[in-house]
Amino acid sequence: MLEERMTELKREIVEYAGLVEAMIEKAVAGLLEKRRELLADVIEKDEPKANDLEIVIDDMCTALIAQYQPKAKDLRTVLMIMKMGNDFERIGDHAVNIAESGIFLMERPPVKPYVDVPRMAEITVKMLRDGIAAFIKEDAALAKSVCERDSLVDSLRVQILRELITYMISDATTIERCLHIIRVSGNLERIADLSTNMCEDVIFMVEGRVIKHHHEDNPSEKGR
Amino acid sequence: MTSDGRGYSADRDVGTRILRDSLFRGIVVLLSGLSLVPLVLILVYITRNGISAINWDFLISLPRPVGEAGGGISNALAGTAILIVLACMVAIPLGIGAGIFLSENRCGLLPSAVRLFANVLQGIPSIVIGIVAYAWVVLTLGRFSALSGGVALGIMMLPVVIKSTEETLKLVPNTLREASLALGVPYHRTVLKVLLPAGLGGIMTGVLIGVARIGGETAPLLFTAFGSPYMNLNILKPVASLPLVIFNYATSPYPEWHSLAWGASFVLVVLVLGLNLVAKAVTRRWTVRF
Amino acid sequence: MDSPVLTVENFSAYFGEHKVLDEVSLAIPRNKLTAVMGPSGCGKTTLIRCINRMHELVPGARVTGRMLLAGLDVYTVNPIVIRRKVGMVFQKPNPFPTMSIYDNVIAGYTLNGIRLERGQRDRVVEESLKKAALWNEVKDNVHRRGTFLSGGQQQRLCIARALSMAPEILLLDEPTSALDPKATSHIEELMVELKNDVTIILVTHNTAQAARVSDLTAFLYLGELVEFGPTQKLFTVPVDRRTEEYLTGKFG
Repeated sequence: MLEERMTELKREIVEYAGLVEAMIEKAVAGLLEKRRELLADVIEKDEPKANDLEIVIDDMCTALIAQYQPKAKDLRTVLMIMKMGNDFERIGDHAVNIAESGIFLMERPPVKPYVDVPRMAEITVKMLRDGIAAFIKEDAALAKSVCERDSLVDSLRVQILRELITYMISDATTIERCLHIIRVSGNLERIADLSTNMCEDVIFMVEGRVIKHHHEDNPSEKGR
Repeated sequence: MTSDGRGYSADRDVGTRILRDSLFRGIVVLLSGLSLVPLVLILVYITRNGISAINWDFLISLPRPVGEAGGGISNALAGTAILIVLACMVAIPLGIGAGIFLSENRCGLLPSAVRLFANVLQGIPSIVIGIVAYAWVVLTLGRFSALSGGVALGIMMLPVVIKSTEETLKLVPNTLREASLALGVPYHRTVLKVLLPAGLGGIMTGVLIGVARIGGETAPLLFTAFGSPYMNLNILKPVASLPLVIFNYATSPYPEWHSLAWGASFVLVVLVLGLNLVAKAVTRRWTVRF
Repeated sequence: MDSPVLTVENFSAYFGEHKVLDEVSLAIPRNKLTAVMGPSGCGKTTLIRCINRMHELVPGARVTGRMLLAGLDVYTVNPIVIRRKVGMVFQKPNPFPTMSIYDNVIAGYTLNGIRLERGQRDRVVEESLKKAALWNEVKDNVHRRGTFLSGGQQQRLCIARALSMAPEILLLDEPTSALDPKATSHIEELMVELKNDVTIILVTHNTAQAARVSDLTAFLYLGELVEFGPTQKLFTVPVDRRTEEYLTGKFG
């Protein structure tokens, strides 16, 4: 009984993961290739579905806990899936933000050729995909590797920011467009953070270890 | 002596208590042993006197006329068997029926009355029951008969069977009744096919104990079955039986008959003991554990 | 939506002057597991015993209201008719001690004098024992008395015995409270599977069990039906304050 419900729950969350992954890819592709229909899809069709799925996951997890009182690994899994549901909804929101900025940028001449943004997008999408794979396969090592890539994404964002500041200083008419590009990179960075969160949760689920907030680096701190 | 500050010594107290304990236990064992003595004495005495009379001839031949040596108790054995069968025919259907009725109806006027009468019946002297059977059967038929003896013995056996049936069925857990009723089985079938089989061990034990009790009854047979020197299988005629043989022969002046009486006593004791042991074995084997 | 297999309408039950059930109304859907839970003395056992009229065994029992079993008014026909359509399993396993396992399973037929052919009998026994998840454990010993079975196995035998009559509803009165945890979980798994074949009504004082296995739950308190609904809903967002308090352990 419990097992069947857990399997069902895992299937739902994986489906959710697939949806938000597709949303990010569509938003970025639409931005880079200037394809309006992709961006419209994300905003109008995918986002409502993503919001609904969060509620479905929440309900399923609550019912599962109320009815079966899962313990140990099962309990950690259910709690993790609940948090993943919340995170995916936020990722969906970020994808929508990217799509909105994409529409704005598409209608105006480009400031510069996109170099770092596609790179950031590639790494971020890979992080999300690996995170989901780590959850399905219960692979703590893979999850750890995702966490390590977060700093790379952070530094790319800083780089984009620095570069665009120079453009904005030299030409005030680019400010609006640059701000949108900065918004896109900011959202990508948040998506990467959320993927990292997910991987920290995978490690907790698999090993029962908490590595959040660099807990491992400060062993003297009592656990939280 | 150790003291725990309460003004008496703990050691000495314990010692006295252990001593008193052993004394008590010893007295109880002694009294139990003493109560066995009469039984042992009876068995020893009867065996010593009776066993010499037992041989194959003794068991299968009829008693000889006065003065002649030899003879046996075959008619008494047959008679006792007939009387027991007749008594069972009276006591078993009535007894089990009443027992079922009492176990299914704990309260109420009729059940209480039946219970009261069964208890009273158990206390009525056997000779009085004999007189009643005399009035009912002997006077009606105009002669002494095995039938009247069987009726008298059956009446004596009745309370035993009623009581043991009631007690046995009370022990059958209510859950068994419910299981059967919940399957849609009507009440009468539940009693006959579920409750009675479950209580069969106890009921059979009751019957055997009842038989053991009446096997040796003499007084009621004095003026019902009456006794006879012949082998008789007709229930409308008088019939011999072991207790009657013992009574008649032991009080006679002929020594040959005395030895027959001892032999018959021995057989009767063996019969009663045997029935009790069989009853015990039946209880153990047939009792259903719930 | 199927019509419900059992409809209870304004049903009250009395033992003498003492009111045990107070105007209970509910509809039990087909092929689902409905749990009836509540603190001791709330009337849950009385309710199911009223369904197969077993409460009538107690002198002084009286009912008002109606119960309809697939459209048939339970209280207008002979109780025996109803009891053959409704199976019951009790708290303490009670296989017939003088009968073999085989005979126990078809006791419903033999005790009622219903004759079956040899082949049919064998089939009924095998199917019932398989449905009760007991066949594999006893198939070589079917003609032995059931006394060597463990508590959990005996209970499954009782379930097989009830199932052999192909009842419309199976009533389970706290079937696992006399069993150890392992046997309990076997029976719970069995119940969840069985509901596809037969409608099950389960009385339990164990709320966790009701939460685990049932599709719908009814909460009774002091003879009153306080709440009745899908289990998932009742255990996460109960409507009545009393349900909430019972579930969170404030009473009962």
